Amino acid sequence: MSGLDFDVSHLLAGGLVLVSFMLLYQTRIYALLNVYAAQAFVLSLAVVWQAFVQDKPHLYATAAVAFLFKAALIPYALHRAIDRLGLRREVENVVGIGATMLAGLACVALAIVVMLRIENEADALAREDLAFALAVILLGLLMMVVRRNVVSMVIGFMSLENGLILAAAGAKGMPLVVEFAVAFSVVVALVVIYVFLFRLQDRFGGVDVGVLEDFQGSRR
Amino acid sequence: MISDLAYQLLQMTLVIALAPGLTGLIRKVKARLTRRRGASVLQPYFDLARLARKEAIVADSATSYFRVAPYLIFASTWVAAALVPTFATGLMFSWSADLIAIVAILGFGRFALILAGMDVGTSFGGLGASREAMFATLAEPAMMTIVFCLALLAGSTQLSTIAEFMTTHDVGLRVTLGMALVALVMVAIAENGRIPADNPATHLELTMVHEAMILEYSGRHLALIELAAMLKLLLYVSIIGCVFAPWGLVAGEGRSLGVGLGVYLAKLAFAGVALGVFETSIAKMRVFRVPNFLGAALMLGLLGAMLLFVSRVLK
Repeated sequence: MSGLDFDVSHLLAGGLVLVSFMLLYQTRIYALLNVYAAQAFVLSLAVVWQAFVQDKPHLYATAAVAFLFKAALIPYALHRAIDRLGLRREVENVVGIGATMLAGLACVALAIVVMLRIENEADALAREDLAFALAVILLGLLMMVVRRNVVSMVIGFMSLENGLILAAAGAKGMPLVVEFAVAFSVVVALVVIYVFLFRLQDRFGGVDVGVLEDFQGSRR
Repeated sequence: MISDLAYQLLQMTLVIALAPGLTGLIRKVKARLTRRRGASVLQPYFDLARLARKEAIVADSATSYFRVAPYLIFASTWVAAALVPTFATGLMFSWSADLIAIVAILGFGRFALILAGMDVGTSFGGLGASREAMFATLAEPAMMTIVFCLALLAGSTQLSTIAEFMTTHDVGLRVTLGMALVALVMVAIAENGRIPADNPATHLELTMVHEAMILEYSGRHLALIELAAMLKLLLYVSIIGCVFAPWGLVAGEGRSLGVGLGVYLAKLAFAGVALGVFETSIAKMRVFRVPNFLGAALMLGLLGAMLLFVSRVLK
């Protein structure tokens, strides 16, 4: 493995982690969707590079699917959704961005520590990709935990899924069937989320999960 | 030896001579972008000359420190600027201090400025001083993480060594460098009170930080403080230039002075135009959002160090 192969893959995977942090930092819903599209774009570049380095043509298909669905279709659908919900100019009220950032850094450190120790004889490229993929997954989970707006939570979920694709691409690829199934499941998830968003809006007049807290109280 | 000394002296006069020009260029670019004609690029020189001629008025409640502070601030900034390779590496004084020392010297200058802001006892001065201290406590850790990133890569905290390392092929393609660059630009913007953090062109009490501290100063004292602020901007531009665009630095034997100076001027002009465009295109953020802004810089620095650690372990 030449130095350049590793460096470019490091650059792209590191860029993916960086964009995950940008997602955590961004509070404007509209800009959040654009950052998500950028993340999907970086992901497809990373997968293309893996396909090139590992000489696995079917990974090109994965990259194409990732680009089509995640960088184009899902952001477009979510843009439509926030237009209809009237959230286009919404600025989410996030408390403690600094603390969230530190928690995110802790997640990245955890991912690195876990993955770098796991398998010494594995290929460096795969281990590095796995470490960054785990970091992206943890950051996606963190985003789902700290945000209160459902659209942001959806973005967190989708970015988590980006981490899975990166892991799959780094670990010598999945069978193509599985990849298509995963891509398809994301689209199904999008449809479910779409329905859920509008039901939430109809029922409670907002997509902030704060409105659900009243119901926690009445259950007791 | 003699030529080293000559280069050092040339650099020390050069930074003083160019600093007001850089500020003038930024003001000109901003004026042109908002469809005003704007003052001449040389206007800051005239302003400084006018201030230096005017009488310095000192408030009744001021202590003797009030008179000393401008000289302390100016001297510390000048010393820091003398240590940064601008057009040549391996300057006479560069062995004496590395990047961490430069950060410390700048910290000393800021401490002097904060004290001076509080000296007269007006509420404005205290307000500006407390805000400056708040920004500083966040900007300095961010700056240190950037220094650590660079030091891990280049194996040294000496700016000359880092600059030389950056021109070799050992650098490779590194996401860490990109993060460090963005973080350094963010720190530089906050430290110099440029637009997203502070507005250098305003006297509005709600927004100002730097202006609030120096409100009581006049005459030659004010001229020195203004010159120090311009010098600090030039210094940060030079640091960014010598680390991330180290081309054309004059080093070792066979130096060609003209090329080094020309490239340095081009870098300054580029930075001035870029900063002008950037400041025109965004709005100032609320004071209490600046910690988030600087927190992002800190985060970028830490993340860069972590990514560096990964590639170091695996390679």
